[in-house]
Amino acid sequence: MLSNRPITPSTLGVKDLPWQIEWDKDLCTQCGRCTSVCPVNAIELGVFRKRDIKTPIGLKTKATNEYSVFYGIRQRTDPAYGCIGCSMCNMVCPNNAIRPNRDEGSTTLKFHSDRGGNPRTRGGRRNSGESLLDQIKFMRISMLTDPALDAGRHEFNLTTLLGRVQSPEEGMKTFAENGWKPPVREIYPLVIGGMSFGALSPNMWEGLQMGVAYLNEELGMPVRISTGEGGCPPRLLRSRFLKYVILQVASGYFGWDEIIHAIPEMKVDPCAIEIKYGQGAKPGDGGLLMWYKVNKLIAAIRGVPQGISLPSPPTHQTQYSIEESVAKMIQSMSMAWGFRVPVYPKISASSTSLAVLNNLTRNPYAAGLAIDGEDGGTGAAYNVSMNHMGHPIASNLRDCYNALVQTGKQNELPLIAGGGIGKSGNLAANAAALIMLGASMVQVGKYVMQAAAGCLGSEKDRCNVCNLGICPKGITSQDPRLYRRLDPEKVAERVVDFYLSFDTELKKIIAPLGRSTSLPIGMADALGISDRDAADRLGIKYVV
Amino acid sequence: MCRLFALTSRDPISPMRAIDALNVMKEGHDGSGVGLYLNGLSGPFEELKDCPILSGIFTEAGLRRLDQFIMDKGFKSKFSILYTPHTPPPVGTPVRGTYAAIAYSVPRGWEDMTEAEQGVRLVQMRLDLKKMGEETGDMMVFSFWPDTIVIKEVGDPLEIGQYLLLDRNKDIYARRILAQGRQNTNYAINLYACHPFFIEGVASMTNGENTAFLPIKEYLESRNITGYSGYQSDSEVFTHIAHYATKKLGLDIRAYKHIITPLSDGELAHHPDREFLTDLKRTCRKLIIDGPNCVIGCLPGGHMFMTQDRKKFRPGIVGGKDGIFGFSSEVCGLNAAIPDRDKSKDFQPMHLDTAIVGPDCKEIIQCSQTDQLPRQL
Repeated sequence: MLSNRPITPSTLGVKDLPWQIEWDKDLCTQCGRCTSVCPVNAIELGVFRKRDIKTPIGLKTKATNEYSVFYGIRQRTDPAYGCIGCSMCNMVCPNNAIRPNRDEGSTTLKFHSDRGGNPRTRGGRRNSGESLLDQIKFMRISMLTDPALDAGRHEFNLTTLLGRVQSPEEGMKTFAENGWKPPVREIYPLVIGGMSFGALSPNMWEGLQMGVAYLNEELGMPVRISTGEGGCPPRLLRSRFLKYVILQVASGYFGWDEIIHAIPEMKVDPCAIEIKYGQGAKPGDGGLLMWYKVNKLIAAIRGVPQGISLPSPPTHQTQYSIEESVAKMIQSMSMAWGFRVPVYPKISASSTSLAVLNNLTRNPYAAGLAIDGEDGGTGAAYNVSMNHMGHPIASNLRDCYNALVQTGKQNELPLIAGGGIGKSGNLAANAAALIMLGASMVQVGKYVMQAAAGCLGSEKDRCNVCNLGICPKGITSQDPRLYRRLDPEKVAERVVDFYLSFDTELKKIIAPLGRSTSLPIGMADALGISDRDAADRLGIKYVV
Repeated sequence: MCRLFALTSRDPISPMRAIDALNVMKEGHDGSGVGLYLNGLSGPFEELKDCPILSGIFTEAGLRRLDQFIMDKGFKSKFSILYTPHTPPPVGTPVRGTYAAIAYSVPRGWEDMTEAEQGVRLVQMRLDLKKMGEETGDMMVFSFWPDTIVIKEVGDPLEIGQYLLLDRNKDIYARRILAQGRQNTNYAINLYACHPFFIEGVASMTNGENTAFLPIKEYLESRNITGYSGYQSDSEVFTHIAHYATKKLGLDIRAYKHIITPLSDGELAHHPDREFLTDLKRTCRKLIIDGPNCVIGCLPGGHMFMTQDRKKFRPGIVGGKDGIFGFSSEVCGLNAAIPDRDKSKDFQPMHLDTAIVGPDCKEIIQCSQTDQLPRQL
């Protein structure tokens, strides 16, 4: 090698990349599937030249060089093409000849992933594997006076209420006077959180909707799905399946036009309206659909030009303040459906959650509050927001629940918790912990993608290219060449599978605690944790 | 599992009859305490029906403090039963002092107050006295209400009954008696945690464990109703729910069952009161109990009831004859107390049922949650 070969500050070697491709020359059949499937073109076909020194015996003649050429796989070291560890190459390789390996010590790429002065954006969730929810134990198991229930055979009632529940006194008065009752839905406590038609591929969306419809109509589980901002396919808006859907409206009002136009033709009311003010993954930040994913269909549904990035502002800019905005939006959305549909805001968990909640308790039309914690996921956000901003969900939710307890309004204003539930795969345990800390129901998004569609993302910065429209599984891409990889029927099947297993696991948790006839919302006396500070903060038992 | 026994009789009877029934049911670790609620009193208390009776245990200093406190409020003692045992107490029972039931005449001006206002005042006075007693340990106050005596003590029910000479004093014969034999299996012994619990004429006792205790307790406490406090026992909430349902919401006792164990949506779909009951289920969702429990209670009008949680893992049986009916957690207790009844008419409430016997002690009214309710509002 020349001593003055151009090595710039940004020149990287393979060792500098967090993911390194291991390729076995002997096993490779050179079929080319790996390079064609790589979403980021991290690998390319390479031509290698090999030098062999032939040394004759006896030193009578000089050694000679023999050169041979062979073909193989080369990993690119340009930061723009850094391997994301999705392992699609391995999945398509007929001989298991290639795989990405994570090198924990290689951090150099981090310092070079902002070329051109643009910080890194990505999809997914915070790159941190820790989860406080996983540390919580369920421990109020009385073996003496309360026989544990048989989770498999006992009758359980696991539904929860979405909507403003009046106090008993108000309820009696309303009944006696035949007055207006706030709309309330009795639903399953695990809700599929907002992932928009725009963020997700049509196949993924269809699969989710089919799964939800099956759970409702065939299995009698009142499961609901939030649309996320960005509208809803016109056919769904006019179908009887709309009652299983929570329509999300956000500050960008994307897709709102489509919804308004469909109102007169709606056969059924939607389950609820969720007004999105914030996401846990990027608190105080708006939604962002990058231009890669704004194709013709998405542009049409959202009423925007094709191929432009669609940032949704972090606040409702037409209104003066958050208090006014929440009040007015709730009022106008309620009015749109004749006060027959629950309307609630979704905010990022933050130090102002309590302020928003306090305003809501005084608003008779507010149907709940969804809080998204720091571990919430998203299709596109700045790396710095995802990794370093936000408020953990457990303590934020607990504070909100305790505030409701103080004013005697617990369960009157349901709290919906989201963000990092099932992060390590422990969906039922995490959900049960949050319910016992005070959530009326929980929302999951990323888990659904991982369980139902095989999303490859992990908390170790794997994949995370949801924003670029190159999702290797076809979950978050609007490119038909990619999303046709995903079979909607199979997604629906997996949605049903994981809901049923969640149901069994939830029963396995609450049955030994002796609960069967009502969801154990606020049953914090059942919880313990071996971290004293966490125990003090959450008001649960400290156990070691 | 605690033993529960209740009697409702047209003629006053001795509380020992209920205690004997508890003794018949005794098994295992029973005998860590006894609680008695007496209503429809005979003797001199019957003449003083409108006078609130304070019941509790006091030391000498406690009695003096009580007198001072009560006099300051303008109450005057009319009749009292003060019993200071001189025999050594049974094993496990501490020496406490004087067991008292004192009837007072109300101060001037009380007649102008509504019944509800009077009720709140009496509850507040009981709480104040309880607090005073907790500071120094010289007073324990269980009830302060007309025509009501509550006795609680640690130890074997039969031995306590004999120790307190309950059989000999005809002044404490009563028409309605709730008795609980405590089996202390989970929490530390505390007399205030002993059943039956009492608030403004509503008394109840329960066996089993209330797994929904914490959320219900938090909800009741947040109602800001005088007397919704304490909760040394996970079962105290049952009394308060009954009080809340009947006194604060103005509902019939049959609706109590719909609050603590609402029907499923499928069962509600064909119910004649589905609209009302759906509303009730939603608004009172925080008060759903999750047992296993059998609840026996007594209401201000003299109605006695028994009901179960939805799991129905705790037994309960009601039986009797014209003039006297018993509510028991086991049939052997009922057999001991009312042996000459028609056993074929015994009723064991199932998960939808409430059994009610009115003050006339004529019959057991069997109510199912699937029945139409009387008009509530």
